[in-house]
Amino acid sequence: MSTASDYRKREESVTMSTESAGMGETHELLTLNIGPHHPATHGVLRLIATLEGEVVRDIKPIIGYVHTGIEKTAEQKAYWKAIPVVERMDYLSYYFNAMAYCGAVETLLGLEIPPRAQYLRVIHLELNRIMSHLVWLGTSALDLGAMSMFWYCFREREAILDLFEMSSGQRMHTRYFQIGGVIEDIPVGFAAKVQKFVDEMPTRADQYADLLEKNEIVLSRLRDTCTLDKETLLGLNVTGPLLRAAGVPWDLRKAKPYSSYEHFDFKIPVGSVGDNYDRFRVRHAELYESTRIIDQALNGLPDGPHIADDRKVVLPPRHELATSMEALIHHFKLVTEGFRVPEGECYYPIESPRGELGCFVRADGSAKPARVHMRDPSFVNLQATAPMVKDSYIADLIATLAMVDPVLGGVDR
Amino acid sequence: MPDQAGLEALAQELRAADPASVLGTTFDRGRAEIQIAPAGNVAVIERLRERGYSFLASLHGVDYYPHEPRLGVVYELLDMTEVDRVSVKARVSTEDPRIASVTGIWPGADFPERECYDMFGVIFDGHPDLRRILMPEDYEGFPQRRDFPVGGEPVLFTHNESDHYGKDR
Repeated sequence: MSTASDYRKREESVTMSTESAGMGETHELLTLNIGPHHPATHGVLRLIATLEGEVVRDIKPIIGYVHTGIEKTAEQKAYWKAIPVVERMDYLSYYFNAMAYCGAVETLLGLEIPPRAQYLRVIHLELNRIMSHLVWLGTSALDLGAMSMFWYCFREREAILDLFEMSSGQRMHTRYFQIGGVIEDIPVGFAAKVQKFVDEMPTRADQYADLLEKNEIVLSRLRDTCTLDKETLLGLNVTGPLLRAAGVPWDLRKAKPYSSYEHFDFKIPVGSVGDNYDRFRVRHAELYESTRIIDQALNGLPDGPHIADDRKVVLPPRHELATSMEALIHHFKLVTEGFRVPEGECYYPIESPRGELGCFVRADGSAKPARVHMRDPSFVNLQATAPMVKDSYIADLIATLAMVDPVLGGVDR
Repeated sequence: MPDQAGLEALAQELRAADPASVLGTTFDRGRAEIQIAPAGNVAVIERLRERGYSFLASLHGVDYYPHEPRLGVVYELLDMTEVDRVSVKARVSTEDPRIASVTGIWPGADFPERECYDMFGVIFDGHPDLRRILMPEDYEGFPQRRDFPVGGEPVLFTHNESDHYGKDR
């Protein structure tokens, strides 16, 4: 048997439960393929849906279309050179990927992060959270038929990307977070621009709410659709806004604060029943809370260094290279071999826009990580789609997929 | 995290129920880890779940090449009430990489176990649908193992397309 037809044969193992529908000769179950290239799947996600008329009886997600072996690639890189690789997993929350990875390596090194670096990290993390939620809100509204929301959300997203460009030189995959802190202090004028954005954002979020929450179509598409209770969600290991929408106030920023989150005053928005409307409201409310955190971090930004002062791990300042032999040696050692991390393992969880993003790093004493694993929330949360959409209309499947907010770069890694 | 003493107490509790189940404990840089025998993994995890560690935060594989047994399956358990984490690790060999599935306790272990099978070749007994998840279904080998070469995929050009996979398309 040839390879290609062999593949088709093996693909037959993707079967749907085809128990007899018991509906007589006039009714039958229809298996419908959605994706992998479909605008409503928010990436390269393929769904095999079993339909009875317009009602979804079962779906099977098929993933792996954008699997690029990032975890394997990270094992071939020195610790600090793996940061740009892991950033590209979940392409909407690159600061979070970098934070989880850097946090894990810093824990293994026992490195103390200066307060200013922690605050700068918080500012960028929360800007990133708003940015990610804006992409979610715009594309979700698009799925519900509201075209204009997309442009409004992307207008604010552009403002955030401009801020990222200002602080790091890149709009996406910025490599701003380093092991030990951040690569550079924020430039002059950055704080004022962030402040302007922070002052404006709540009004913008109000306007989104005005557009969507009084919209009869949006309300009837979201309310009481695809509800899933918290026990099921916990059994499926779902975290993030999906779990909070079902009424569980679980947020790692509050539960187990990292990077100085305990210094800030913010609330965790929770839903009540866990339908699509709650999922929408929780994320929308997080826009305000993130804005509050940025405001507090910006105005309470401590003075001091932006990166740790451990020359065995952190690159020496550029100006020292011309005058200090020792700095030159450190620079040379770091850029060529990298630094070594003492043997050990670490699991470092943070709260990403989609839930618990945990980075597992195993160090074997060499200059390269022996294992990097990302527990990506999109990957785990995607499993909840099937129980959510069971016995609801296929139109609700599209809305639910939008509210689950999977990022396929993070699912496939 | 439980501290060193708390971890040891936890391990003692597990040993009291089944002396052979716990192989050892490690407390290192804030990470509490219990090494268990792969044979009794579901019973131990079920006991920890009743003890409060009721959320499976993550499940992933590790390859300890060249140390034996090579493959590790790590369960990151979380107690949401006490905000406490404990890692449970079971090591299996590459010759007999079998361990019982925890999908009976958490249906959400489905995808992570499939990923672990896909990347490391660990077979989870009792998993309802153990297939490759990220790699193509006809892929051979387990790419995350440490002895799996990087760049081992042939790149197809016009001159060699007839020699490789997909030649009859």
